[in-house]
Amino acid sequence: MNGRDGTPFAITLGVGSSLANKTGSWRTERPVYRNALPPCNDACPAGENIQGWLYEAEGGDYEAAWRLLVADNPFPAIMGRVCYHPCQAACNRAHLDEAVGINAVERFLGDAALQAGWELPAPLPDTGRSVLIVGAGPSGLSAAHHLRRAGHRVVIREAGPLPGGMMRFGIPAYRLPRDVLDAEVGRLLGSGIELHLDDRVDDLMAASRGFDATFLAVGAHIGRRAYIPAGESAHILDAVGVLRDTADDQPPLLGRRVVVYGGGNTAMDAARTAKRLGAEEAIVVYRRTRDRMPAHDSEVAEALEEGVIMRWLSTIRHVDEGSMVVERMELDADGFPRPTGETEELAADSLVLALGQDVDLSLLDGVPDLEVVDGVVTVDDRMMTGHAGVFAGGDMVPSERTVTVAVGHGKQAARTIDAWLRGEEYRHAARPALADVTSLNTWYYTDAPASVRPTLDLVRRISTFDEVTLGLDEDTAVFEARRCLSCGNCFHCDNCFGVCPDNAVRKFAEGSGAGDNGRDYAFDLDYCKGCGLCVAECPSGAIDLVPEQI
Amino acid sequence: MTERLRFYQTGSFAVRNRLLPVVDASVQSDPGRANAITSGHRACQGCGEALGARYALDAAMRASGGRMVAVNATGCLEVFSTPYPETSWQIPWMHSLFGNAAAVASGVAAALRVTGRDDVRVVAQAGDGGTVDIGLGPLSGMFERNDDVLFICYDNEAYMNTGVQRSGATPPAARTMTTPAVGPHPGAPFGQGKDLPRIAMAHEIPYVATATVADLRDLEDKVTTAMSIRGARYLHVLVPCPLGWGSASRDTVRVARLATESGLFPVFEAHDGEVTSVTPIRRRVPVEDYLRIQKRYAHLFGEPPATGVIAHIQATADRNIRRYRIEEAPV
Amino acid sequence: MREQIEGSQAVARTVAACRPQVVCAYPISPQTHIVETLSRLVMSQQLGGCEYLNVDSEFAAMSAAIGASAAGARTYTATASQGLLYMVEAVYNASGLGLPIVMTVANRAIGAPINIWNDHSDAMSQRDSGWIQMYAEDNQHAVDLHVMAYRLAEEVSLPVMVCMDGFILTHAVEEVDLPEQTQVDAFLPPFEPRQILDPDDPVSIGAMVGPEAFLEVRYLAHQRQMQALETIPRIAAEFAAATGRQRDGLVTPYRLEDADVAVVALGSVLGTLKDAVDALRVRGVNAGVLGITSFRPFPLAAVRAALGSVGRIVVLEKTLAVGIGGVLSSNIRTAMADTGTPTTTVIAGLGGRPILQASLEQMIVDAHRGRSADLSFLDLNTGLVERELARTRASRRSGPAAENMLRDAMADAVPESGARG
Repeated sequence: MNGRDGTPFAITLGVGSSLANKTGSWRTERPVYRNALPPCNDACPAGENIQGWLYEAEGGDYEAAWRLLVADNPFPAIMGRVCYHPCQAACNRAHLDEAVGINAVERFLGDAALQAGWELPAPLPDTGRSVLIVGAGPSGLSAAHHLRRAGHRVVIREAGPLPGGMMRFGIPAYRLPRDVLDAEVGRLLGSGIELHLDDRVDDLMAASRGFDATFLAVGAHIGRRAYIPAGESAHILDAVGVLRDTADDQPPLLGRRVVVYGGGNTAMDAARTAKRLGAEEAIVVYRRTRDRMPAHDSEVAEALEEGVIMRWLSTIRHVDEGSMVVERMELDADGFPRPTGETEELAADSLVLALGQDVDLSLLDGVPDLEVVDGVVTVDDRMMTGHAGVFAGGDMVPSERTVTVAVGHGKQAARTIDAWLRGEEYRHAARPALADVTSLNTWYYTDAPASVRPTLDLVRRISTFDEVTLGLDEDTAVFEARRCLSCGNCFHCDNCFGVCPDNAVRKFAEGSGAGDNGRDYAFDLDYCKGCGLCVAECPSGAIDLVPEQI
Repeated sequence: MTERLRFYQTGSFAVRNRLLPVVDASVQSDPGRANAITSGHRACQGCGEALGARYALDAAMRASGGRMVAVNATGCLEVFSTPYPETSWQIPWMHSLFGNAAAVASGVAAALRVTGRDDVRVVAQAGDGGTVDIGLGPLSGMFERNDDVLFICYDNEAYMNTGVQRSGATPPAARTMTTPAVGPHPGAPFGQGKDLPRIAMAHEIPYVATATVADLRDLEDKVTTAMSIRGARYLHVLVPCPLGWGSASRDTVRVARLATESGLFPVFEAHDGEVTSVTPIRRRVPVEDYLRIQKRYAHLFGEPPATGVIAHIQATADRNIRRYRIEEAPV
Repeated sequence: MREQIEGSQAVARTVAACRPQVVCAYPISPQTHIVETLSRLVMSQQLGGCEYLNVDSEFAAMSAAIGASAAGARTYTATASQGLLYMVEAVYNASGLGLPIVMTVANRAIGAPINIWNDHSDAMSQRDSGWIQMYAEDNQHAVDLHVMAYRLAEEVSLPVMVCMDGFILTHAVEEVDLPEQTQVDAFLPPFEPRQILDPDDPVSIGAMVGPEAFLEVRYLAHQRQMQALETIPRIAAEFAAATGRQRDGLVTPYRLEDADVAVVALGSVLGTLKDAVDALRVRGVNAGVLGITSFRPFPLAAVRAALGSVGRIVVLEKTLAVGIGGVLSSNIRTAMADTGTPTTTVIAGLGGRPILQASLEQMIVDAHRGRSADLSFLDLNTGLVERELARTRASRRSGPAAENMLRDAMADAVPESGARG
């Protein structure tokens, strides 16, 4: 009575026989692969899968990255220039060193696509449905892109001479060069979208006849005027007009000293444009303090770098030719600005008002069931107005007025319109749990502070409309992409496969999806004892430990 | 261009980095790794020793081209891996006694040499008890004879197999069943215990190194280095024991990491009795961070906390940091 | 080849002729000359293909032997006394793992009090270790047993202990016919291990066995030794054919055919016993001797067959099972259980005490007359014992008995010194 091959009974054993012992029965909790929501994706107004396209860019597959990107946003090159990147403000990497330069990578991908001539995906077969879009701004174009991809006929009617809306007429060329704008818009329109320029819609009900749905995205182009006592020859302009005329190559005459009144992004754009149009001094007058300015920090910082002068806690009391009276304000206990009665005279050749924009809603006259509150159109969570089949987005609905938000509205409206056209109700996918920094094991990430985008030499910057912020070279862009922590999502680090003391993780070929939930890994529950080491050592928090049903 | 770019997201901290060339991948990332100790073993959940043994032996298997035998002292690793009728070992493996792994390995090496099979390498492995206490005599003999054996100590700082009793590797203040947390000086006494890596170095053997389960690449590198050398070699691997240390099973790697990041467990290597490289601390933490997550030190954090004892342990960490020059690396 | 040679050297050269591949050495008297000689043979390359390990203890010696044997090498070590006890854990382990290690035990007493001279306490302590134990009567026997031991060990996959009396044999120079290398090579084929650590065919050796199979493992160990009872005579016969030296293998009967009294013993005392028997037979006392060569496995049947016709049995033992008396005796009684043959035990020669032929003759005569106590101590100095007992009664702190009695004994030998405890 001997063991294997005549070896001593019981004392000598054949290798690997413990596989007969299924230690999975010890388990009270089991690991489950999950996809948590990266904070960048969560923060993106356009709903981009940022972590996803960064992952592709990390490995150098820029086209795959770009394709993932344009599935949500057809304007990477534009976004990479004008987006105020709330993704970066949310980025978990900031807890380690600095946020990932997502916006710079996006621009790198957008530029790479334009350079290489990558085409947007072809539309699906015609559905026989048609949609009217009013306005060729970011929201309208975004909606057009997604609807056309879904196979619908799309007709855009634009009141202006060129497509782009505020991207063209509100954003100066030093932030968004026109060739970039034209290229991305042109590529989008190339998918068979019918665009009618200088074709203002005055009567929506008439215009939408023959269409199965309508998306309104007319923007907010009317500069808000405030009553300021002024002498007859006082030179007062509105910022939207200044920016539009500059974009139209008909720059207004502003004089040597220009005062801009307001504290938003448009005010910054107007002041910086004034400098470029030859003003020796551009002075921003704002009634509160810097930390309360609605303008984005980067814009304020760049304006200051370029020599724009800020007068915080100031209001304009009276305007005359060549000068104006400014009153100093002070903040009360609640942080509201209160007049102090202290005034001073300020020499200035012109005053540019940047106090916000209003929507021209005249086309909506006669449309039943529409609700307008505070000058904007009310929409539901489907982006549909009170009038069935009429949807709206962008600056004309209540929300933050940025290009990215507008693009997001366009995408959202396109999805719900698509569902509407098919007689269905669009349902948002369930939002996964947020991958906050506490769910990560940041030990595993290499220390790597952010790379800084090169900026245009200052002298050149304030005298021309050349682009101020330049792109990253490839090395830097990839470096930046690789700083991504892949929060909440597997990035194939093999830690789960490695740290399991029980060999209870199976690994399959990368990208095969042969594992659990389409992953490249699977838990072998025959042997997993539920210790949770894989969960604790997953850098990106992409594994959950859930109670076992006993 | 990835060749020029030296930044790889997780560098070499994780088990694998998909952006690194395959040749730079860890042994553990290889689906074809040896799995020297495979599934079905009876180690506790989150066992550091089971993990450390697979890390080390798989690396040794790769380094030796699969030409390797292992000798095992009595202890957890032996008991949980080979209860009749099942064994978890997939390599030629032998267990004899608690205190004789080094001598058995010497005999195996001698037999392989004399029978013309010295391409087959010998690895001996033991826990801290089997290494620093009961096995020290034969181990010292194996060292001084410079026998061609890699001896790996999986140090979990007490006799865990018998239910957590103090060993010569139990750190001061740690609670074990034979140094209970009672009386005026609870836990293991200060001023006792053996520093086996330094004892090994005093034998001037070709290679001595320390490692932990928290730094896989380092551990694998050291095994690979050790396997490239002939003669007596010693690798001391810190392997946290959730049961004995009173740490969460999921925290096994974390505890080991804090042991090194606090300076309490210096990671270094020595050739011919001289320290030749150290692993600098990356994110230094006070010893308290390490102690707090282990119930064996819970008595230090009562009301009032034993600040004097904690300071004493901190002083030990500080001395290690001075002695091995493992100050925080500049970022 | 016949030579006048010291027992240790004869054994060493014979072991060398068996071509051991790993020799583990640690010094302890009285076996040291064996490993010294082997060291010389290895270093001078007279014994080639052998790794000689100077280890750090007997525990390490046996452990290294275990490793070497498990890795497929023919392995040898030697020890005695305290050394054997120091390696006990590994001794049991070697047999439990079924490793065919051959070890010489140069029998010596066990302390305290420390004593370097001969008796059988050391080997007897390992009677249940699972090793085969063979006891040599003289140096020729010792030499022959080592060759047979390797053959036996490797055939049955069990370790074999060859026991030879320390100093009496190890240090005695007498004529020995050393086996020729060609004879050994013809008798002893190369080692084919039953189990081996081999990357090409990996196994786990030394598994933990729980209650579900431990009894069976031990049963099989016993069965293996029982099988060896058949193997040993066969090997002895083959050895006789190869060398012309007749060996019985299990037991050596001497003039038992018509004996009224039989003395049973192990080891070198058998020579003196035979002389005593021869002398007594001249005086009309029909005595005989049974020498036990194979103590483990214990040849119950052979013993019964040899002693079947005797009227009385005296078991002469060089070890004392404190608290009961004899070790060999109980084995003999087991063999003779259903015969009713009166059996007495005599403890003799402990710690190197000379066993005088005259004392043996008196012992046999007493037995023949039926005047033996169940347990007696040959040549016990009762005076020494009585004086110490008196001291102990007088004072709780009477001092160490060994030293007290040593002083008494010296005083007895040299009375004019006047020393009294």
